[in-house]
Amino acid sequence: MTIPVQDLLAILPELVVIGTACLILVLDPILAASKKDLLAWLTLAALAVCLGLTSSQMTGRIFVFSDLVVIDAYASFWKLLLYIVTGLTVLLSLAYLKAERLNIGEYYGFILLSLAGMMVMVSGADLLTIYLGTELMSLSLYVMAGLKRTDARSLEASAKYFVLGAFSSGILLYGISLLFGLAGSTRLSVIADAIATQGTGHPLLSLALVLLAVGFGFKLAVVPFHMWTPDVYQGAPTSVTAFMAVASKAASFGAFLRVFVEGLGGVSADWSILFTVICLATLALGNLVAIVQTNIKRMLAYSSIAHAGYALIGVVVAGRQGGATASTGLASVLLYIAVYSFMTLGAFALVGMLRKEGQESETIEEYAGLAKREPLAAFFMLVFLVSLAGIPPTAGFIGKFYIFMAAVNGGMAWLAVVAVIFAAISAFYYLRIVMVMYMREPDGSTQSQSRLETSPALSFVLACALAGVVLLGLFPDSLWSLATHAAPLLK
Amino acid sequence: MTIGNTMAVPLSYYLILSAFVFLTGVVGVLIRRNLIVILLSVELMLNATNINFVAFSEYFHQVAGQVFVFFALTVAAAEVAVGLAIIIALHRAQSTIYVDELNLLKR
Repeated sequence: MTIPVQDLLAILPELVVIGTACLILVLDPILAASKKDLLAWLTLAALAVCLGLTSSQMTGRIFVFSDLVVIDAYASFWKLLLYIVTGLTVLLSLAYLKAERLNIGEYYGFILLSLAGMMVMVSGADLLTIYLGTELMSLSLYVMAGLKRTDARSLEASAKYFVLGAFSSGILLYGISLLFGLAGSTRLSVIADAIATQGTGHPLLSLALVLLAVGFGFKLAVVPFHMWTPDVYQGAPTSVTAFMAVASKAASFGAFLRVFVEGLGGVSADWSILFTVICLATLALGNLVAIVQTNIKRMLAYSSIAHAGYALIGVVVAGRQGGATASTGLASVLLYIAVYSFMTLGAFALVGMLRKEGQESETIEEYAGLAKREPLAAFFMLVFLVSLAGIPPTAGFIGKFYIFMAAVNGGMAWLAVVAVIFAAISAFYYLRIVMVMYMREPDGSTQSQSRLETSPALSFVLACALAGVVLLGLFPDSLWSLATHAAPLLK
Repeated sequence: MTIGNTMAVPLSYYLILSAFVFLTGVVGVLIRRNLIVILLSVELMLNATNINFVAFSEYFHQVAGQVFVFFALTVAAAEVAVGLAIIIALHRAQSTIYVDELNLLKR
């Protein structure tokens, strides 16, 4: 059996990523400990190559490997976003691993393997590829979460992530097997046809729908499948947390939308009700529990749960409406996740590098008086938090604006109103940190106070995240046109 | 096994068996506290899925389902490898593999 050349060319970005990952795993034991940075630059070079390759795949829609993989603008949108956030994570890790004295080269290999899984997820046209991509992403992330092998908290996070992740993929796989039983195939288009011809009344279909929703719910970290998120985000090394919060969520949304809109679009009336409930629960719990957090990583974890809730509004709109309204709803989800990526990555980068005596400053108390000690760092944090709260003129506002507009146009104005109320509540806990940074004096009792450990790589990451937050806030048009170009391809 | 074109055992038997195995796995994950037993329960869930795939594959005469089983088995093996490695590392750090004793996080 030979594989056609055009099939291999179509998945060239994935091949480059996997090839580089293998190369890194081979080079890692050979390289001296002082030269591990080279691996990070190798990773970045591979990402740059992929960025170029995927940019040329923005038009058309081709199916390769007997319809297992689809290459279209929708997949390319997510891939481009994933390259950018992975690149920024690698740069952040360069600084963070040094500060943590973690001299491990295989870290970059795992990042790339995880990225390869995410890329397979977003361009999967068959539940088989989507499942395999999800597993490759998750297995790499379990390992990365526990990479601080001397730190019991990191390992605890890894174990908790592993147990719930494996549990959820078991549920997901059972749902897939039931869909296979209904349609006789795991291909999304065949499943869609089967639903169209057989009708939507089959009890196994409802069961499969629920199981898939639970499986993806864990990956997206939406209530009530969010239990692992705060613990894992807190315990994992912060650069890994940033990667999980941003890249894994983006890829999960990419695959989730493709499965539910393209494969299960025929039963959108059923799943839109389900996701309305999940969305409301996520908004409520994420925002309310974030208020009482004293650890900033846990607070950002609940904030990321809440943001998944906002993005779900667009999904619900897409489920209840057809045609152009649905596409706008989906496009607003794409835009929202892109915007969320920049502000969350920026916030986690600061959290990881704001350190005291070689330790991360994780409690919000330690941010007291930061504006005096580190005016620039405090300003960056201010921008990211303001954006997370959704206050204009930042990108966070634009993301929420498009989501709420989609909800209003889709006849779900009440949902937009509820979300606005929760957004107002969220401003409380984001701006509380701003208040602590700018208005509170640090405790006089302790001599050493947390400072930002700067490095060129970190400065670059922060500058990129800030540029993303500010520029997308002022000029969202180009990103919006990319999103509206990509979203109608589902359906 | 099949004899000619008919299934000797009706499809529903396989589905009931797989549902039972799957539920055993789910309940195991939810009520057991030992990480190794939880890992075993997850394996039960995955194997229940494999029963489904093979049964449906036989029913539809579609080989795709059996191909899926190969992939699922491979993933399950990888999952066990990673899971056991994490459990060993955790045991070295905390001297416990009981999930209710893992309470360093949450403050």
